[in-house]
Amino acid sequence: MATAVRLLVLFLLFLSSPNPILSLYEDQVGLMDWHQQYIGKVRHAVFHTQKTGRKRVVVYTEENVLASLDLRHGEIFWRRVLGTNDAIDGIDIALGKYVITLSSGGSILRAWNLPNGQMVWESSLQGPKHSKALLSVEKGSKSKKYNIVIVLSRGCLHAVSSIDGEVLWKKDFDAQSLEIQQVIQLPGSDFLYVVGFSGSSLFEVYQINAKNGEMLKHEIASFSGDFSGELSLVSSEMLVALDATGSSLITISFHSEQISFQQAYISHLVEGFSGPAMMLPSPVTGIFAVKINTVTVFIEVTDKGKLEVLDKTEQPTVISDALSFSETQQAFALVQHEGNKIHFIVKLADNWGSNLLKETIELDQQRGLVHKVFIHNYIRTDRSHGFRALVVMEDHSLLLLQQGAVVWSREDGLASIVDVTTSELPVYKEGALVAKVEHNLFEWLKGHWLKLKGTLMLASPEDVAAIQRIRLKSSEKSKMTRDHNGFRKFLIVLTRGGKLFALHTGDGQIVWSVLLHSLRYSDRCQHPMGVNLYQWQVPHHRAMDENPSVLIVGRCGQRSDAQGVISFVDTYTGRELRSFGLVHSIAQVIPLPFTDSTEQCLHLIIDADKHAHLYPKTPEAVGIFQSELSKVYWYSVEADNGIIRGYGLKSGCVGKEAGEDCFDTRELWSVVFPSESEKIIATVTRKPNEVVHTQAKVVADQDVMYKYLSKNLLFVATVAPKASGEIGSATLEESWLIVYLIDTVTGRILHRMSHHGSHGPVHAVFSENWVVYHYFNLRAHRYEMSVIEIYDQSRAENKDVWKLVLGKHNLTLPISLYSRAEAMTKSQSYFITHSVKTMAVTLTAKGITSKQLLIGTIGDQVLALDKRFLDPRRTVNPSQAEREEGIIPLTDTLPIIPQSYITHALKVEGLREIVIVPAKLESTTLVFAHGVDLFFTRLAPSKTYDSLTEDFSYALLLLTIVALVAAIFVTWVLSERKDLQEKWR
Amino acid sequence: MEKGKGVMGSGRRWAVDFTDNSTAPSSRDIPDPPGFTRASIDQDDSALSKQKKDAEANWKSQKAWEVAQAPFKNLMMMGFMMWMAGSTVHLFSIGITFSALWQPISALQGVGKVFEPYKDSKVELLGPKLLFIALNLGGLALGVWKLNTLGLLPTHASDWVSSLPPAQEVEYSGGGIPLH
Repeated sequence: MATAVRLLVLFLLFLSSPNPILSLYEDQVGLMDWHQQYIGKVRHAVFHTQKTGRKRVVVYTEENVLASLDLRHGEIFWRRVLGTNDAIDGIDIALGKYVITLSSGGSILRAWNLPNGQMVWESSLQGPKHSKALLSVEKGSKSKKYNIVIVLSRGCLHAVSSIDGEVLWKKDFDAQSLEIQQVIQLPGSDFLYVVGFSGSSLFEVYQINAKNGEMLKHEIASFSGDFSGELSLVSSEMLVALDATGSSLITISFHSEQISFQQAYISHLVEGFSGPAMMLPSPVTGIFAVKINTVTVFIEVTDKGKLEVLDKTEQPTVISDALSFSETQQAFALVQHEGNKIHFIVKLADNWGSNLLKETIELDQQRGLVHKVFIHNYIRTDRSHGFRALVVMEDHSLLLLQQGAVVWSREDGLASIVDVTTSELPVYKEGALVAKVEHNLFEWLKGHWLKLKGTLMLASPEDVAAIQRIRLKSSEKSKMTRDHNGFRKFLIVLTRGGKLFALHTGDGQIVWSVLLHSLRYSDRCQHPMGVNLYQWQVPHHRAMDENPSVLIVGRCGQRSDAQGVISFVDTYTGRELRSFGLVHSIAQVIPLPFTDSTEQCLHLIIDADKHAHLYPKTPEAVGIFQSELSKVYWYSVEADNGIIRGYGLKSGCVGKEAGEDCFDTRELWSVVFPSESEKIIATVTRKPNEVVHTQAKVVADQDVMYKYLSKNLLFVATVAPKASGEIGSATLEESWLIVYLIDTVTGRILHRMSHHGSHGPVHAVFSENWVVYHYFNLRAHRYEMSVIEIYDQSRAENKDVWKLVLGKHNLTLPISLYSRAEAMTKSQSYFITHSVKTMAVTLTAKGITSKQLLIGTIGDQVLALDKRFLDPRRTVNPSQAEREEGIIPLTDTLPIIPQSYITHALKVEGLREIVIVPAKLESTTLVFAHGVDLFFTRLAPSKTYDSLTEDFSYALLLLTIVALVAAIFVTWVLSERKDLQEKWR
Repeated sequence: MEKGKGVMGSGRRWAVDFTDNSTAPSSRDIPDPPGFTRASIDQDDSALSKQKKDAEANWKSQKAWEVAQAPFKNLMMMGFMMWMAGSTVHLFSIGITFSALWQPISALQGVGKVFEPYKDSKVELLGPKLLFIALNLGGLALGVWKLNTLGLLPTHASDWVSSLPPAQEVEYSGGGIPLH
């Protein structure tokens, strides 16, 4: 058997070329991969005002994407992804042709060309301190060519020319302890008003000449109470602020000679007022809105500074900014929820009472509440004004509403994926949900006929196009049933918006999506956030009729002791089965390798007090767990303190009235890293679902090395605390990187190695018995990758053939980590030209296929690198036997083969993670890379040795067989005839 | 076919009977010529045939030995071929090796048939047969040796452990950096 496998492997090696290049032909693009582009949750939108006929909107998002969208279909015209550390603070349009963005806390100002998104200029603005960053573009009348962009950044006011980005003047407010709140630029005047608070009760106004930055006036006024810091401009000379308790409103009139305050208690204005109020941005002159709990109150400010309540509503309401749609008129939009409908109301600024437009639109319940609305007007054919609204929903999706209907929608929640897991599709049976994609026999025959023509090179260009179309739209790949090779799966994706999506791996379509009720804002859970996804129920043979389900873990708020939330969702239908807000917090979730009789996976949730809670909370699960209790351990990496602690479990919680499913933990060991010299920056373990085919590694000359295969190994990388910042923050002598391999059951350090003069960040992958990690080498000024392979020395004596033949060895007996196996490591380092964002390693169903590292490069592409390049046994001159084994001669740099980019010509913008899922077919693995974009493909690290290729022509095979049978028949008849003639002679 | 045969059968017009019944006394219509004694010929014949038979047996045993030694040449040739094929596994060397294994086996299966023509009561075939078998076994051994040098025989520990599944671990541990 072993010989047969060896033969097969050798045969495969013989077939595969020495350099394993995985590349695609041009016509294979899109055959088994898909790519989707998103932008993220829109924070602000600016419509093009030029009458160029091009209907576009420029948006920027929470993912720091600047994009120009087509208003007709919602497609992306162009998109610029600024990195995560270059957050956009504001955008505006200047000169009608540039988009101005302010980013990185107000320090970078850029102008982008509106039609194509090319950067026109960039200027960096310096300032002494961190402050609010504001951007305002002079919307002066056309006669005055001002073209000035006023930017508040880092405590300074800058006036920047919008033509070339030159700073015209700069006004420093550094000396004063001023917290600038707003920069007010009144249309048609040359003055700027800078208003802000200094301290909690002083209000300051500066009047500045917009042309040269000269300070004209400076006034300070003291208020008897404290300000909360929220400020809203209601008219050209009046501001409304909220006091620190949130119970009264202060109108500030700042234009006149003397600043005057007028305080009004909200309780006087609104009956039954309770709790602090929040200010909403003022939509239009004279009106502002205050939110008190769930009630939105619209208040009008009269000329004399009197406040009058215009309206109040219990329904969730969102207000847009004002839009001046003709010379004199201003309008704004309100969106109000009512059941599963929304009302889109457009009102004129000076006429609250009547609606300019009111439309009622029914929305998908799974989109949640409206978070933002932006309006835009257009001229209808009858020269009247029409309005359309861009609506940002709770699930981060973007909709365009026009004429009472949703024109298009974008699922931009998918740009911020938190966690991914997979689920099998339903098995095909009568009545199962199967998309109507099967086509009839004639089409099938036609397809194969075309394919055959293509193979025989008889196809015309039209035929070739038709063949390509058929290949790309293959109904096989988007079917809703399980396939034999396991290529079709659901990718279950949790987004930051609290929505769960099921994406089909075939073509990336959204099969279902559900806005998780438990991860929505409520009084009990103010800041819910989804954290992780786990497989909850994976039906095999015991509970075949059950639908698989996933476990979603979330928590209310950022703090570690915040209350946890868990929810269960059926992955076939997307129904939320049940959910609870837990009484305990969630610090860690440990999926256990045990399942109960309904194939539910046991999970241990550790709370902040280090109590372990077992899920599911059934007596059966507790029974299963009790019997394994002594063998289950857990550990916690406290990166801030530099300590790794290991714990054991014991039944019953002390001092708690919790049930049997609560377990106490006791500390068993701890590894303390000296805080003055080491700081934990990366940890990595093996994937729990990784399958390893064999424990032995056959090296040259038929020698055997036994791999040290333990699922309980932790790779820890620490750096010098000085070197934990950016590259260049520490000198060569001050920086070092130390890596450890730690057994997480016993706390034993198996291996420790230091790299002097090396720097983080460290990205690592751990698979089988090896770790590969990536870091920066300051000495060589290059990135480096190292590999550590770990072997079990105590098994090395098992080399007697007869004992092995007769099975008299202990190699397959269960081993305990307390037996202290002797470990031996081999390691090697190589330079690599790429810096890395994320790394992953391929996984296959049985673990026979060779491994590839998938490197998410800084350019947002995914590069496949064969593990053979990272083999510590590589030497400069490998012997004949080593060469035969497949050892590549050692080079100092890892080769980057351009064809091995699995993302080929595409980019996965903002790449965050690469998720690997094994297919059922041993040779193949599924790769899902996500960031702002999504990318999915299939990968065969050793080529598809166990199946025919996609473009294998069955028709040609069939035709050949038919031709051969026909030839046999014809020749038989002919030979018979000849025989007869022979005999007649 | 049937028809053809029929035509041939019934179409016979004449025949010559070559049966020599001259020795039978009843059919001796013509007396023997003077000085001819039938008996002496018979005697001579028997002596002659005996001699002939001896020679034949001799010849047979000689031939049998020759046949028995034939695999030796084969062996030499195989050895040469194997040397040519080298010790790496590829299509050619595998083909050579398998033919080197197959030839002796098939030869050994047909030992009886090979020596069939030389079967005689007077010929001692055991010796040649043993030689033949021994030489073929030698060939087989050569093939096996070649197989081993190619590394295709499970004689190393690596052949027996290369598909051993990893040992199960008793303990289980989970955890990591707390969720944030």
